[in-house]
Amino acid sequence: MRNLDAAQITDAVARLCIEANYYLADDIFHALKAGVVREESPLGKEILQQLVDNACIAKNEDLPLCQDTGMAVVFVELGQDVHITGGDLNEAINKGIARGYTEGYLRKSVLTDPLFSRKNTGDNTPGVIHISIVPGEKCKITVAPKGFGSENMSAVKMMPPSAGVEGLKKFVVDTVANAGSNPCPPVVVGVGVGGTFEMAALLAKKALLRPITERNPHPEYAKLETELLELINKTGVGPQGLGGRITALAVNVNYYPMHIAGLACAVNINCHATRHAEIEL
Amino acid sequence: MGDVIRLATPLTEEAARSLKAGDIVLITGTIYTGRDAAHKRLVETLERGEELPVELKNQIIYYVGPTPAKPGQAVGSAGPTTSGRMDAYSPRLLDYGLRGMIGKGYRSPEVVEAMKRNGCVYFAATGGAAALIAKSIKAYEVVAYPDLLSEAIAKLTVEDFPAIVVIDSEGRNFYEEGQKQYRQL
Repeated sequence: MRNLDAAQITDAVARLCIEANYYLADDIFHALKAGVVREESPLGKEILQQLVDNACIAKNEDLPLCQDTGMAVVFVELGQDVHITGGDLNEAINKGIARGYTEGYLRKSVLTDPLFSRKNTGDNTPGVIHISIVPGEKCKITVAPKGFGSENMSAVKMMPPSAGVEGLKKFVVDTVANAGSNPCPPVVVGVGVGGTFEMAALLAKKALLRPITERNPHPEYAKLETELLELINKTGVGPQGLGGRITALAVNVNYYPMHIAGLACAVNINCHATRHAEIEL
Repeated sequence: MGDVIRLATPLTEEAARSLKAGDIVLITGTIYTGRDAAHKRLVETLERGEELPVELKNQIIYYVGPTPAKPGQAVGSAGPTTSGRMDAYSPRLLDYGLRGMIGKGYRSPEVVEAMKRNGCVYFAATGGAAALIAKSIKAYEVVAYPDLLSEAIAKLTVEDFPAIVVIDSEGRNFYEEGQKQYRQL
């Protein structure tokens, strides 16, 4: 058994909110730089170069990459031998979000309720918190701020098993093509297949945390990722939807066992920044 | 890519009508910020027959809700938000005299019709290039609806603000034209 002070969790979450919003991950940065060379559309090249320059400015001057600093999605993998002391875990995370968004000059975009008052909570809390209990005595925290230009273009579909691989491909490609310019392409596409309605969505969200250079360890799913990327990049949507070859930088697919009667599929679209930062305590 | 066109605000109807889909522009002068919540109030004000809190005739609205400015900054990161959320309100403002809109993403047929009717233009700024775009914003001053925080209407002083004409006053749509050129499916 190991004791972990809730204040340490608050500190970590605050720092991760800022890091994720200021610093573009290396895998994405390299993909954008390669895109500048590979893109055939002159305007597309110019836009990709702007995104590279933007990442450099944000990094050098400690500024948010995007004005939509998102709703904070927080994943916690808590070792079952860890004992949190000095406070409530969820509260500690939300305190960290409030501090990170305030001290980091990040935009507060969260409203108290979606339908009626739509009043800003003022500190970007609450976050969307996913906690899973794992073996061991460590605590891994990942903060993935989610902007809504791309979140709004995401979709879940409960398909019949007869839809198969072709049905899934069509759903994924159509979702990205119909999103067009709205999610700020080039996008990163997270796909979740299997499980239940909510599980598919969570799988898709988690797929976005995987480095874009890493393929699914299952060879058939790895091949599916490559094929989906090729199809998406044939849509012509291109950088910012202005036409071009690079509509997506990567497609990451996660799967889970599934009921005999279903084929659940979720597509979670991320903008080019695909922000996430993690730490192990 | 064509030549870069330098634009000054306020934008006359003649200047707006001379712009063509695909043109790359650099905007200098004053532009106004506004998102969904502010648009709703502007349109409600016009419906009541009252005066707007800012004069929008021949002006450009930029769909943006910036991050808070750090000490020494005029404005925080300030990239465009999705324009489609303003579609319900834009035709009313275009009929009133608004000349241009800057955002990202598609517009409804109703907005395009109102643009053609009034000689207006829709520009796209690069979504996600918010730290870069902020460099062209020299001053930020809230002029209406301060209670909306980052969604308040602010007057921005811009120098060489980079944008692309995506829908022109004749309704030509560069999203459609550009994508068609590269579609292989």
